[in-house]
Amino acid sequence: MDFITALLEDYTLRTVALGTALLGAVSGALGSFAVLRRQSLLGDAISHAALPGIGLAFLITGSKYPLILMIGAALTGWLATAAVMVVTSRSRIKYDSALGLVLSVFFGLGLVVLTFIQKLPDARQAGLDAFLFGQAASLIERDVVTMAFLGGVALLLLLVLWKEFKLLSFDLEFAQSLFLPVRALDLMLTTLLVMAIVIGLQTVGVVLMSALIVAPAAAARQWTDRLGIMVALSMIIGAGAGVAGSLLSTESSRLPTGPTIVLCVTAVMVVSLMVSPARGILWCRLRRRHRNRQLRQEALLLDLYALAGQHRDRFHAHDESVLIIMRATRASVRKPLTALAERGWVRSSGLAKWSLTQAGVEESQRLMRERAS
Amino acid sequence: MTGFQLEIQLTAIIVAAACALPGTFLVLRRMAMMSDAISHAVLPGIVVAFFLTGNLSSPLLIVGGTATGLLTVVLVEAMRRTRLVREDAAIGLVFPALFSIGVILIARFAGDVHLDIDAVLLGELAFVPFDRWVVAGVDLGPVGLYATGVVGAITGLFIALFYKELKLATFDAALCAMLGFMPTMLHYALMGLVSATAVVAFDAVGAILVIALMVGPPAAAYLLTDHLHRMIGLSIGLGATAAVAGYWVAHVLDASIAGSMASIIGLEFALVFAFAPHQGLFSSWHRRRLQRWEFARKMLVIHLLQHEGRPEAVRECRVDHLQDHLQWEREFAGHLIRQSELQGLITREGVYLHLTAKGRSIAQEAMVS
Amino acid sequence: MGYAVEVRDLTVAYRQKPVLWDIDLKVPRGVLNAIVGPNGAGKTTLMKAILGLIKPAAGQVLLNGAPYSRHSVRVGYVPQRGSVDWDFPTNVLDVTLMGLYGRIGWMRRVGRKERKLALQALEQVGMQDYAQRQISQLSGGQQQRVFLARALVQDAEIYFMDEPLQGVDATTERAIITLLRQLRAQGKTVMVVHHDLQTVTSYFDNVLLLNVRRIASGPVEEVFTEENLRLTYGGRVAFVQASG
Repeated sequence: MDFITALLEDYTLRTVALGTALLGAVSGALGSFAVLRRQSLLGDAISHAALPGIGLAFLITGSKYPLILMIGAALTGWLATAAVMVVTSRSRIKYDSALGLVLSVFFGLGLVVLTFIQKLPDARQAGLDAFLFGQAASLIERDVVTMAFLGGVALLLLLVLWKEFKLLSFDLEFAQSLFLPVRALDLMLTTLLVMAIVIGLQTVGVVLMSALIVAPAAAARQWTDRLGIMVALSMIIGAGAGVAGSLLSTESSRLPTGPTIVLCVTAVMVVSLMVSPARGILWCRLRRRHRNRQLRQEALLLDLYALAGQHRDRFHAHDESVLIIMRATRASVRKPLTALAERGWVRSSGLAKWSLTQAGVEESQRLMRERAS
Repeated sequence: MTGFQLEIQLTAIIVAAACALPGTFLVLRRMAMMSDAISHAVLPGIVVAFFLTGNLSSPLLIVGGTATGLLTVVLVEAMRRTRLVREDAAIGLVFPALFSIGVILIARFAGDVHLDIDAVLLGELAFVPFDRWVVAGVDLGPVGLYATGVVGAITGLFIALFYKELKLATFDAALCAMLGFMPTMLHYALMGLVSATAVVAFDAVGAILVIALMVGPPAAAYLLTDHLHRMIGLSIGLGATAAVAGYWVAHVLDASIAGSMASIIGLEFALVFAFAPHQGLFSSWHRRRLQRWEFARKMLVIHLLQHEGRPEAVRECRVDHLQDHLQWEREFAGHLIRQSELQGLITREGVYLHLTAKGRSIAQEAMVS
Repeated sequence: MGYAVEVRDLTVAYRQKPVLWDIDLKVPRGVLNAIVGPNGAGKTTLMKAILGLIKPAAGQVLLNGAPYSRHSVRVGYVPQRGSVDWDFPTNVLDVTLMGLYGRIGWMRRVGRKERKLALQALEQVGMQDYAQRQISQLSGGQQQRVFLARALVQDAEIYFMDEPLQGVDATTERAIITLLRQLRAQGKTVMVVHHDLQTVTSYFDNVLLLNVRRIASGPVEEVFTEENLRLTYGGRVAFVQASG
């Protein structure tokens, strides 16, 4: 409770919370499209490539005004995307190599620029380092206003072109057949992704910003099959993890912001992967176990039925070992047989011997009919 | 050149070579981004091993880093196998989490020892000569040089021994499995070596340059050759060149060595991308242009052949008709006719065109194939 | 007489969805056997499951009467052309030699004897002049022939070929069919995933009609009927009637 009161009263905390909620929501929304378009790692390349842009913007203008740094970041981030596209379309270099190359080369250039800045006589460069791992505490009202403006524009454009982007992500060729300007839309969506990344750089840092693109979307995807709901959930998850992570790190000076936010959003993602009702790993495993058990039981029942066909007496008892040989497995048949007995389809007749019941014969015949159809 | 400078450059060359070796296979297996993932994910392993030993040059750090590097590979594979997320998303989910754990561990528990975050990310090659290996008072050289040398040698040995198997696993994993060569085992062995290389290179050049060295030179070499062994050799050469050039550029500009090396790698790639003999932008542009001319010339002689000696020839075999009928630009058609005349394929008689014997045989050949 | 390929109750599932359901199959030795079915019928999956490249949910596979392992029977596999990266930096001879890697064994290098065998196989498919050619410079038909040569050097008893006739030129198609008949004459068994219904009767002895389940299998003249095709393709087979 104290924490919430503090949040409401403390101006700095409120600014930080607002800023991170904003960037989480925007990257959650655009990240959904990136993940669906298999561009999860493009975000990583863009965010690393933003570093030289930030440095150069500062070097050229001498200003640390957020909008200027963000424009610089966006320009080189966008240039990196273009480089990846040119390299993959004009040579046999594959997408992954182009990403790795562009990411590391741009980052390297950024390092060179940063070392230049460090040598400048005036001390204003302090703070650019925060762009590596992010620093939520450095957020002030001016930053949040800029973020809100850029994020708002990005989200608005996303909403306006929703139908088109949806089609582009789902079925590119179909979109082309409708004479949609596919290339322009692609460029637009990529530009919005660049904006989403640039907004988060100051808080989360260039190194880890990509996680905020991928994780909320991947988590949201587990809960729904509809794009609209996915984007909304992804925004909520991104904003929630952003606020939680940044507040935790403001609490303790020894918790860097970017990594803390990343761990928060990763936690949500892991939980989603595990327990989401339709696709979650736990439920799937339970369902598969149940189904396999049932399949094993049916197979055993049919084996018994087949064996019974060789005798005049349909209820002749057979030894477990015979069934094991028929199944060609070493797994125990005792458990599934017991389960079948509980359903009244087989009956144990003495030591490790089993026979069909009348109900079992009928069930076998029903199964045979079902399989034949 | 001072002894220190020599040692720094030697280390840089060895790091570049050690990265290029497994990097070639990463590029060919379309797993270049695994170098990004692994080079970040070795951090928590290094940090934990450091906490256990209290020694930054303990070999246990390599073991720890390799362990978390392999953990990344296992986790990515496990997530991919659930089919809940795609492989690229899986990579993008796993390594930031592991790297974050590493960064937080450093920030919380090691803030005041010599293991700070910037160094991790950026590396400091210039510090390599200060950590020396001294046995019984004899200075044997920088520890970093030995560490990278040993890991590089092991990687080289592995690739030399299993060259054939790695090639098959990379080209056709299914056949590799059928012939009993265990592609999965080879994959993990290779990824283990990538991890170990990332750990030793980490100290010298930082996480990001590891990616540049593993992906850049092999990608450039891929555009220069069609032989696997030459691709490996070229990668090492390009990497080593970038290492030395990057060092001197950094020296002159007084900038980050790792950053300069990555920039030089980018420059190398850009040059190769533009000017490579067969795969480069210019040569493929030139080839396309030649093909266009070649095709147009064929069209011209075939057109003339088809109407040769027929009543409509008067109409069809005129220069101006080509422009309408074959929809060639006036300039293009004129140029083409002059060229074909020079090559002895056609003769020109006022506005009429006639095939020569040579032109006729070329047209006939083109129509058969 | 034993069967070359015997499949019992084979079920393969991705997630909850069965891709192959309860397949039973017996293929005698020395026949050319086509596997036919619509897209998504599980043809490639069946091959991969038989070869142990995919783990089945249930069922058993016997090759020459024994569970398949590397040493029990020599098997040659020709995957779909698109399953590998033809930009890989290597040449035709080298790809052909890969078929011999199993016999050469771990860590040992390719010798002169292997080179000779590979060149012979290339000659069989009419590619001897291309031995040093980079694989990125081959046409589709040439790529397919290199894959065939690679399978030939394996000197297998049973061959599995995934769409070897898909998108190849007429010359290559004739060459491949001649080759298949030569293999049959040598007593080899060949399983071929095939997409062209018109040519099934003229090219193959046996056929398996597959659509997640086994619809029918056996000698072409008995099994390749309009009724069975309708069951396999669900009514969309008007075009086969024309060919009779």
